[in-house]
Amino acid sequence: MTPIEMTAKGAGMISCNSCHMLCRPQPLKNNQKPFCPRCGAALHSRKKNSLSRCWALVIASSILMIPAQILPITITSALGHTQADTIVSGVIYFMHTGMWPIALVIFVASVFVPFSKLLILTLLMLSVQLRWRWRPRDRTLIYRVTEIVGRWSMVDVYVVTILVALVKLGAVATIDAGPGAAYFAGVVILTMFAAEKFDPRLIWDAMEDVNE
Amino acid sequence: MSALLACHECDLLTQLPPLPPRGAAYCPRCGSVLVRSKPNSIERSLALTLASLILFAVAISFPFLAMKTGGFEQQSNLVTGVWLLYAQDMTGMATVVFLTCLLFPLLQISTLLYILLPIYLKYRVPHAMQTFRFAIKLQPWCMMEVFMLGILVSLVKLAKLAEIVPGMSLWAFALLIITSAAQVTVLNPHEVWEALEVPNDSD
Ligand SMILES: [Zn+2]
Repeated sequence: MTPIEMTAKGAGMISCNSCHMLCRPQPLKNNQKPFCPRCGAALHSRKKNSLSRCWALVIASSILMIPAQILPITITSALGHTQADTIVSGVIYFMHTGMWPIALVIFVASVFVPFSKLLILTLLMLSVQLRWRWRPRDRTLIYRVTEIVGRWSMVDVYVVTILVALVKLGAVATIDAGPGAAYFAGVVILTMFAAEKFDPRLIWDAMEDVNE
Repeated sequence: MSALLACHECDLLTQLPPLPPRGAAYCPRCGSVLVRSKPNSIERSLALTLASLILFAVAISFPFLAMKTGGFEQQSNLVTGVWLLYAQDMTGMATVVFLTCLLFPLLQISTLLYILLPIYLKYRVPHAMQTFRFAIKLQPWCMMEVFMLGILVSLVKLAKLAEIVPGMSLWAFALLIITSAAQVTVLNPHEVWEALEVPNDSD
């Protein structure tokens, strides 16, 4: 492997975001947007408006996170007794009844992952905007892990829908989805979009400036 | 020139060495995988995609779970289950399940067939580039394996209320998760892009 100490951007080239072909954008006539000669996707040296889109999505999901965690996600009624459960009270219930693995799965997927994801994305964006030069390799890795793990948060949304559907069939009790469940689904979807909008190459651009 | 590549994560330009079979090249600056050599990528992912299509058909046509309470048994199917949620005014949640566990996986399987089969048989189809771009974008939104974890959690949670019998379609669904994951691992997108490239475009 022969590293060339130069980025594609520094060399005036653009790596296509879609098919990863290295392109040299041609001089453009009348406001034409450059596109990849191989796959036809629009060429952007860095993801378009990466930070502002990511900030908007992170802020929106932080706001949705409040009703998602406070409002009940399930409302169970059996024998005239009604009980509303939030995500956290569900986890506590599982711990009390000795179902530790389930408590752990729900806690990690519905509390730990979404909160850490919002925190990590916020820190990554700040680190880019304040042009930190601190451990770019680790920050890139953290970003990659955050992006991959995020979708597993959807598990609680599925549990609620499966419970509602199955219990309706069995007619032993009724379980209804609380308003928190829909807000939580919104949080998961928006944070997935937020992670997709962030561009890890921005982390490395700060390193370039100093080299020059 | 063709061996020059920019890292997807940090944009560093790297001259690619020839890859050993099943080897991978890593970015010298950030350590992410630049390319991984995957032998018979097209054939193997085509076979796995065909298997996924069959398993998908089985998964939606047979009973998914049956619930036994007090002597009577009620069966549920994946599609009717989602329909039931719509009927209960859970439109938002039903849509999320319908898209991420039924429509997107089906689209993913069919778009890949549309791309891979013609490459394998060496003929060209219209809009192949856009279709493959769409298939790549769709991939993180196919959440069948997350749904499976949701089923396991629900089964444990309901174990006290009723006896739950897994149906044929649940097993097909589990296999479908394995074939889909294997297909993603086996497919080398670089090879697909190269195969789709129109030769001598403007030169
Ligand atoms: Zn790199």
